Amino acid sequence: MKKADNRRRREMADLGIKILSGAAAFIGIFFLGWILWTVARQGVAALSLDFFTKLPAPPGIAGGGLANAIVGTLIITFLATLLGVPLGLFTGVYLSEFGRDGRFGTLVRFTMNITMGIPSIIVGLFVYTVLVLPVGHFSAYAGAVSLAIIMLPVVARTTEDMLGLVPHALREAALALGMPRWRMILSILFRAARSGLLTGILLAVARVSGETAPLLFTAMSSPYWMKSLAEPTANLTVTIFNYAMSPFDDWKQLAWGAALLIMTAVLTVNILARFLLKEKTK
Amino acid sequence: MSRFRTYLSEHFETIFRWFSMLCAGTVLFIMAGMFFNLSWNARLAIHKFGLAFLWNEVWDPVLHEYGALSSIYGTLVSTAIAMVIAVPMSVVIALFLVELAHPTLAKVVGTAIELLAAIPSIIYGMWGLFVFAPIMAETIQPLLQERLGLEKAPGIGVLFSGPPMGIGMLTAGLILALMILPFISAVMRDVFAMVPAVVKESAYGMGSTTWEVTRKVTLRYGIQGIIGACFLGLGRALGETMAVTFVIGNAHRISPSLYDAGNSIASTLANEFAEASEPIYLHALIYLGLVLLVMTFIIQLIAQWWVRRLKKTMGGGL
Repeated sequence: MKKADNRRRREMADLGIKILSGAAAFIGIFFLGWILWTVARQGVAALSLDFFTKLPAPPGIAGGGLANAIVGTLIITFLATLLGVPLGLFTGVYLSEFGRDGRFGTLVRFTMNITMGIPSIIVGLFVYTVLVLPVGHFSAYAGAVSLAIIMLPVVARTTEDMLGLVPHALREAALALGMPRWRMILSILFRAARSGLLTGILLAVARVSGETAPLLFTAMSSPYWMKSLAEPTANLTVTIFNYAMSPFDDWKQLAWGAALLIMTAVLTVNILARFLLKEKTK
Repeated sequence: MSRFRTYLSEHFETIFRWFSMLCAGTVLFIMAGMFFNLSWNARLAIHKFGLAFLWNEVWDPVLHEYGALSSIYGTLVSTAIAMVIAVPMSVVIALFLVELAHPTLAKVVGTAIELLAAIPSIIYGMWGLFVFAPIMAETIQPLLQERLGLEKAPGIGVLFSGPPMGIGMLTAGLILALMILPFISAVMRDVFAMVPAVVKESAYGMGSTTWEVTRKVTLRYGIQGIIGACFLGLGRALGETMAVTFVIGNAHRISPSLYDAGNSIASTLANEFAEASEPIYLHALIYLGLVLLVMTFIIQLIAQWWVRRLKKTMGGGL
């Protein structure tokens, strides 16, 4: 009798946990759906031709768009990719091919993993002290450098992991043919790990294109078109922050539009990257 | 000619190696630069306030007296709320993904949760301010206070006292929990999946239920990995800026109630940086940044050390 009771209790506990875990997973998905839906509903109302082609209007005047911020985000992200991706790729190459077990390689790997966990706002603050404070003005290139610093360890780590997956036989075959190592790395390893590397780069770009905190101290924002890289530059994320916190309904509307744009871009790139990786593992 | 080409290609080999080593070195340079530059640009504040900065509660940009205590308190409390909620939820989500769900369903849910991690933090912030905070103010906070009677509960009542405003420490902690949840559960899922099937099967063979296998085998086997995941989530929560800035209320005070507005180090930086016209104000803010850098650096150091130890005892795969 007692035994049956005990068994019943254990089964009930088991059932309870099963329901709980299903519910927790459901809650996660529910919030994802809720956020997506809110941003889509509010954002679509803000999108129009003006949104993509016009400069922001002063408060109180209806209309206006965020054309300058869209261009600014594209330029800053592009520059960051230009700087961060080669640095990250070569760091990954060093860690995987030259300094796998060496003391320097271990130190770099350790520091890199720590850098990945440093808050992006601190990276922004650091770049502010290096590139903004000495010259006395905010700039697009400072913004790009701060995003590149965030990209670097992400790209380096995936590069190291992906090169590590390439079979040793390929390296040996290339070297046995008399190929120098640099040639072996660039034309054999990179080709073999192509889709994995691309995935890493895409994920890194997606990650930084939604960053706000580092740009607050580096690119800042501006209501005008950018004329050079050495001036405060409008970008979508800082604009969202400023406009969403403002008391004007027009501006809040624009902020939702910008949020929809950024979210769509980030999620699209993410899904694309996942798809690429799946193709590769097939 | 051929000798020259051989010489060049040998040379190029060395150049290539040194170039990649140089690239690898930049990360060391950046890390050292962060500590040096933030310290140097905070020198006025460090000189004036010293270490007492850490336990001084006053933050007064008019009289130029600055202390980090309220910001540190807010950072720790919002992070604590997030961890208390996100860690148990991550365990059960990982359990669901690895043990319970059909593989196809697990893949779909797993992807959805990973996408939750990809959403930029500013979007969490906006959603938190315009959608979640009003719901907190109108429904959840009064519910906790009155229906559940938490306001009158002995001991913890003070945590839930005060008018329900929506924005404040509790809301910030909840949004933070939502942000680190996918991050921690992804690592936990990998840890759970690493437990050898033989070990679990032998427990099932003895007549254990799924929960018993999880509690007594999987959790014990993966406890180190789970702690590692928590450290990583902790590091992320401490430095999260935008989502917190939108909903924490930005008040420099230490209030026992979680319903009250507070601030965190990151939110103070994001909010006040543009206003810092005086050098001492700017230096105090950078000093605050330095405190956050040291905090996250230590957390990451422990996490890395832990994960390395883990790799040695459990083999790769993490």
